[in-house]
Amino acid sequence: MSDIRATVSKVLTFSCVDGPGNRLVLFLQGCNFDCPGCHNPHTIGVCNDCGDCIPACPQQALSLVGGAIAFDPAACDQCDLCLLACPISANPMVQHLSVADVLDLLRANRLFLSGITVSGGEATMQLKFILALFAAIKAAPDLAGLTCFVDTNGHLGAEAWARLLPLTDGVMLDIKAFAPERHLALTGQSNARSLASARILRAAGKLHELRYLMVPGQTDQDDEIAALIDLTQELGADTRLKLNAFQHHGVRGAARDWPTMQRAGVEAAAARLRDAGLSQVVTPVVYI
Amino acid sequence: MFDSNDTLRGIVNDPALSFAQKARYLSLEAENSLPYPPLAPETRAALDARVICDMYEGNAPYKPRYVLPDFSVVLAKGSDWLELPVPQTLDEAISTLMIAYHHTPSVTGMPVYLGSLDALLLPFVDGVSDDDLYRQIRNFWRYLDRVLPDAFMHANIGPSDNRVARAILRADAELQQIAPNLTLLYDPATSGEDILAQAAGNIIACSKPHIANHPLHAATFDDRGYGIVSCYNALPVGGGASTLVRLNLKAVAERSRDEADFLDRVLPHCMDLAFDLMRARIDYLFNQSHFFDSFLVTEGWIDRDRFTAMYGVFAMAEAVAILQAKAGRAGRYGHDDAANALALRITQALAARVEAQPMANVWRGRAMLHSQAGLSTDTGLTPGIRIAYGDEPDPVTHVRALAPQHQYFPSGVSEIVTLDETIRANPGALVQLCKGALASGFREFTANVAGNDLVRVTGYMIRLSDVRRHEAAQGSRTNTTALGAEAARKTDILNRKPRVVGHERHPGYGQ
Repeated sequence: MSDIRATVSKVLTFSCVDGPGNRLVLFLQGCNFDCPGCHNPHTIGVCNDCGDCIPACPQQALSLVGGAIAFDPAACDQCDLCLLACPISANPMVQHLSVADVLDLLRANRLFLSGITVSGGEATMQLKFILALFAAIKAAPDLAGLTCFVDTNGHLGAEAWARLLPLTDGVMLDIKAFAPERHLALTGQSNARSLASARILRAAGKLHELRYLMVPGQTDQDDEIAALIDLTQELGADTRLKLNAFQHHGVRGAARDWPTMQRAGVEAAAARLRDAGLSQVVTPVVYI
Repeated sequence: MFDSNDTLRGIVNDPALSFAQKARYLSLEAENSLPYPPLAPETRAALDARVICDMYEGNAPYKPRYVLPDFSVVLAKGSDWLELPVPQTLDEAISTLMIAYHHTPSVTGMPVYLGSLDALLLPFVDGVSDDDLYRQIRNFWRYLDRVLPDAFMHANIGPSDNRVARAILRADAELQQIAPNLTLLYDPATSGEDILAQAAGNIIACSKPHIANHPLHAATFDDRGYGIVSCYNALPVGGGASTLVRLNLKAVAERSRDEADFLDRVLPHCMDLAFDLMRARIDYLFNQSHFFDSFLVTEGWIDRDRFTAMYGVFAMAEAVAILQAKAGRAGRYGHDDAANALALRITQALAARVEAQPMANVWRGRAMLHSQAGLSTDTGLTPGIRIAYGDEPDPVTHVRALAPQHQYFPSGVSEIVTLDETIRANPGALVQLCKGALASGFREFTANVAGNDLVRVTGYMIRLSDVRRHEAAQGSRTNTTALGAEAARKTDILNRKPRVVGHERHPGYGQ
């Protein structure tokens, strides 16, 4: 088995919002987008062992050992002050898990799980690990029946998808914006690959859900919703389309001054999407 | 008698009680003006200190705490005493049950068990259309909630998937009533996932039903079967439980030097005091009250040999916290393997002593251990073996932490797994969690979904809108709303992030 290790920001053994059924979720550290409105900004960067977080920890759970950050989970009380102190939006509490470690987690929780989802950060930045993990799950008779899902921003090329999709049961794909300049402002990257990914995933029958984050004054605009309708109709009017509402939970910096997306605006957009013939439009259950 | 008259006057003039609720509280005051069955001084002192607790069942046990009539008897034979013919049709069968419930006593004065309704009614539904069946069930359900408004009243369905069970689930989700409480007896091998999926949809709609682990319960009881009644109590059909006495594990821990002292000296001693209390109550019921002279016995609805005694425990969470602190260990119950293992050792010690203690006039000669789900006045005490309020880990960790203890509680154990509202968009996750819990050895799976007006307080439901109305002194139609309102004030239930609180019984008026 591969000795490659994933850099993991967090592991959940119960999630009902990361794909069908209950899923074990690996939030992989590091992202190739840099969204000011990110709800999990501490998953964006990768720790460079600068040590700035060490004095921020009231529990003395962090130290430098041999030039690298060492984290003592037993001392940690989850106050997350280290995350605020980090100058590069990284997480000094990451775990480094091998494929075997994750298989152990799956086995321990097997009875409760419908499958696993790799999320992030941007999960596909650790493509090699995901390939090794999913292959190992598919090869393990005692894990048969668990589905393997990816939650992604779609900034992955066609060749990489060709390697990943045969091992993947479904993908949740985020489209952040349609107008190129808006996408660039919201993410720091072009959306060309994300849009291409949508088509690749749909053609492969692996697009479980298209996700669209509505930000007031930005991605809730008329031209954006029109483009969302066009893309979804092109993919197939039965594509499951999940509208998410921008909220302040977890958000840092200037985006905290953005207004939050209200239910009425989401419902209005959903009505317009449904009127356009889209049959699987899903709106948030709760607005926090 | 100034104080007593004051209390009685307070009941009579209470603007928030219905006349039936007033009559009920007045009868409790009358019973409790009698002397208690004779107790040894040390037992009396432990009861007064509430180290052991009789659940305020009353000073003169003249009826068993829980009665589970075998309603198939009256449906098959009618009743001479009640001058009832054998029912021939579905509406006659339902009418017969409605009459039978009126004659079923319990600690609350209302029936706690309505029977395995699908099994009881299936013989009468041939030739009845689905629409007609649904309409009759819906009317039946309204009757139960309006005439017997107590959320401790409990109906069972399953383990087979059948038309009656489906009609009940449909009506229960549609009507959103507090009463009756509902349990689906689920057998992973035979029930089929379809009915589990419908039950999950119901849980999302109204936090009901509970899902009982049928193979585990069936193996605990015998061919005459069992029922799930009141707050997750598993008891023999055709009998029930004479009494439920509970032991406060926090109080036991406070009286112990360390774990060894707890297990070797204090716990056995306190347990024996609770056995004494149970014996005194059972002796009165069987040898003085003449309860078993009833037509319920002579006509075969119940059998005096089928009444168990429930040995309840509560405040495990606080006991573990105290003993962990005495040992200098920081790990928290529900989160830490060592703390969870300590709780398991305590449970095993409890089970072994209950199993070793002969009891007269008790089914199979032994009491049955029970994880007791609380009283409305339990401030700072966590029900049963549950994890402390607000300290519950994620649902999977929660279930895995407690599952090893469940095998030791044959007369019932319950955890309330609270789920945030996002579960509404993904009932498959609820089904998977339930299957995992049952496969891990959970005897009972109960979930509360945040945002529902119907909220599970412990084993029973309250309506948040009713609580608000009751607090505004407008009164409530249902007896359990007063308990829920009291729990809401005393235990922060409505402030907690998912709303779970434990309390099962109401001590009496004004307490």
